[in-house]
Amino acid sequence: MAIQILMPALSPTMEEGTLAKWLVKEGDIVQSGDIMAEIETDKATMEFEAVDEGTIGKILIAEGTEGVAVNTAIAVLLEDGEDASAADTVEAPSPTADAPVTEEATTAPAQAITPVDVPMEDIPEGTTFTSTTVREALRDAMAEEMRREEKVFLMGEEVGQYQGAYKVSQGLLDEFGEKRVIDTPITEHGFAGLAVGAAFGGLNPIVEFMTFNFAMQAIDHIINSAAKTLYMSGGQMGCPMVFRGPNGAASRVGAQHSQCYAAWYAQIPGLKVVMPYSAADAKGLLKSAIRDPNPVIFLENEMIYGTSFDVPDLEDFTVPIGKAKIWREGEDVTLVSFGIGMKYALEAADKLAEEGISAEVVDLRSIRPIDYDTVLNSVKKTNRCVTVEEGFPVASIGNHLSAVIMERAFDYLDAPVINCTGKDVPMPYAANLEKLALVTTDEVIAAVKQVTYR
Amino acid sequence: MPAKKSTRKSNISGEELLEHYKNMLMIRRFEEKAGQLYGMGVIGGFCHLYIGQEAVVVGLEAAAKEGDSRLTSYRDHGHMLACGMDPKGVMAELTGREGGYSRGKGGSMHMFSTEKKFYGGHGIVAAQVPIGAGLAFAEKYNGTDNVSFTYFGDGAANQGQVYEAFNMASLWKIPVVFVIENNQYAMGTSLERASSTPDLYTRGEAFNIPGEAVDGMNVLAVKEAGERAVAHCRAGNGPYILGVKTYRYRGHSMSDPAKYRTREEVQKMKEERDPIDNIREMIEQGKHATADELKAIDKEIKAVVSEAADFAQTSPEPSVDELYTDILR
Repeated sequence: MAIQILMPALSPTMEEGTLAKWLVKEGDIVQSGDIMAEIETDKATMEFEAVDEGTIGKILIAEGTEGVAVNTAIAVLLEDGEDASAADTVEAPSPTADAPVTEEATTAPAQAITPVDVPMEDIPEGTTFTSTTVREALRDAMAEEMRREEKVFLMGEEVGQYQGAYKVSQGLLDEFGEKRVIDTPITEHGFAGLAVGAAFGGLNPIVEFMTFNFAMQAIDHIINSAAKTLYMSGGQMGCPMVFRGPNGAASRVGAQHSQCYAAWYAQIPGLKVVMPYSAADAKGLLKSAIRDPNPVIFLENEMIYGTSFDVPDLEDFTVPIGKAKIWREGEDVTLVSFGIGMKYALEAADKLAEEGISAEVVDLRSIRPIDYDTVLNSVKKTNRCVTVEEGFPVASIGNHLSAVIMERAFDYLDAPVINCTGKDVPMPYAANLEKLALVTTDEVIAAVKQVTYR
Repeated sequence: MPAKKSTRKSNISGEELLEHYKNMLMIRRFEEKAGQLYGMGVIGGFCHLYIGQEAVVVGLEAAAKEGDSRLTSYRDHGHMLACGMDPKGVMAELTGREGGYSRGKGGSMHMFSTEKKFYGGHGIVAAQVPIGAGLAFAEKYNGTDNVSFTYFGDGAANQGQVYEAFNMASLWKIPVVFVIENNQYAMGTSLERASSTPDLYTRGEAFNIPGEAVDGMNVLAVKEAGERAVAHCRAGNGPYILGVKTYRYRGHSMSDPAKYRTREEVQKMKEERDPIDNIREMIEQGKHATADELKAIDKEIKAVVSEAADFAQTSPEPSVDELYTDILR
């Protein structure tokens, strides 16, 4: 019976891709293991191999087609003795049909974040914008700063020839060469320490961790060597560098690869900690981080690398570290979030608006220093606050903000502050459990209703 | 340790011998004073004395040139004095005073001098090793022929990050001299109880880094080995390892019960192998200075140390405003 060849998922977070090239044509005989097509994801171009033997009966998706969803039939394979007419009668298999699905959760992959209108501050009137992915914005920021300052260089695993494990450093090796785009061995502790030494020696390293989970191997250098030296030297020498990379849960990668470190680094005097949501903030904050004379922890999120946002077409667009942004104004409740938490906060605000609840949404953008004034001023206006983050609940950023709000705006509160966080569990692998372990938009909505007594 | 008396005929000038003598004696007298001040409660916390190991840093500083950088562990007083940092500033840091190199905010283990290219004073065992490789990386990046002297102990030599640094330094031909100061005890654990191999200079073999064993009680041997090491590094050949065997007379820190070695062992080392006595003998034998001249040197050094101790006790404590300064730039 004819077999449908489906668009494959080539990474944990891939939802669609471009069918870049067919390497076979209708009528060709393929053996299992033969390369049939090249498929481009947002991370890389991958070869797609045949699993079964047979004859290519029909090509259903032409090469060059973009946005082909995972599991779409792209071709039909005929088995021995079948003729081409069998290709027309084949039925689409249902890839998830056999998986028993529990009540609360579905096995569907996390939804792509749709482009969002970004409120822009301090942008000259008449500025034009270009829709840019977070991934491209980060690359542009590094390229601009490397052009500007010879002392800036990038080092990390797969940042050069591979073009970045998540394609963030794409093209940088070609432009800046091996001296300034340095592939390291897989030795986080060692290369983080080496980069600290280079910063002590007057350079401005950007260290890319493939993910911040691996930075735990290097955390001694981040904290003891990078963050504390300015103080321990009585101001004589600091550590002007950036540690950056994806942080937080990706998708279906299990407990060791899914953790948010915002609260960890937020605790350390001597560090600045930044966690942008939009592409414009990613670009503007990364440029500021590279120029900053202090060690900066720059927390990205794999799930939003591919999301597009408007980025202003300015020659030198920077965003100051330590300044929150109000994404939407509101009257009834303040939602405070940062990084991917903003996705849930904004979705919740949209749904709440339909129910007549007006939420003000504050994006912290920087976790250290925190822009307390923006948060407190908003809370003093709305008298209610819900915090949203993906990290663990104990000693979370939300806990800290709750304490600050209690100390400095107690009399303004009409309800206790609620912290919406990831759950107090290691990240499970099963799709349904993973979804439950993360913070959800529904939880944010429920919390808002609780504090507004609706 | 086996007594390896140098059999080489010395053609070292009297001037040079006297220079080494003064530099080593300065460290010893300074450390003796620091020990005394600690006993008086003027210095607090940790205080790791360098007594016995003076020949290592003095020999290597004699092989260094302007622009080279250096960094070490928490046993750092000797390194700072040897690279020309002011004894007053070092001692005042030990007492936690405003006049200290870190304005009292670093302490014994955390001092820096960008002017002398001394990059610490590191309290985490072996953390300075990749950092030292990074300093050398910056020299190469900037196109200089300077090297970084990266000192660490026999205890640190077992840390994983040392080998991560070895690998990258060799792979990228970084001009770093890794100096393993093997004083034979990692705190209270002797080398043979902690290391699967006794010859630490061979630890770079797997990374294709040349290494040599050096008699760390002989300042001239250290200097010569240092010269070979820096020549190798400056020529662009990458890192070099010096496995320097030395001995610490005092405890690991001030509160060391010293149950892990015998008094006789320490005494024997002091009597037979002392680096300062050795050089003094050479000076006397070569008639490079009279007994009176040596006495005058001793007196002069004592005066400098005593001045440093006075300064360290009269310099005020840092202003309370200092609590919140130097956290960020």
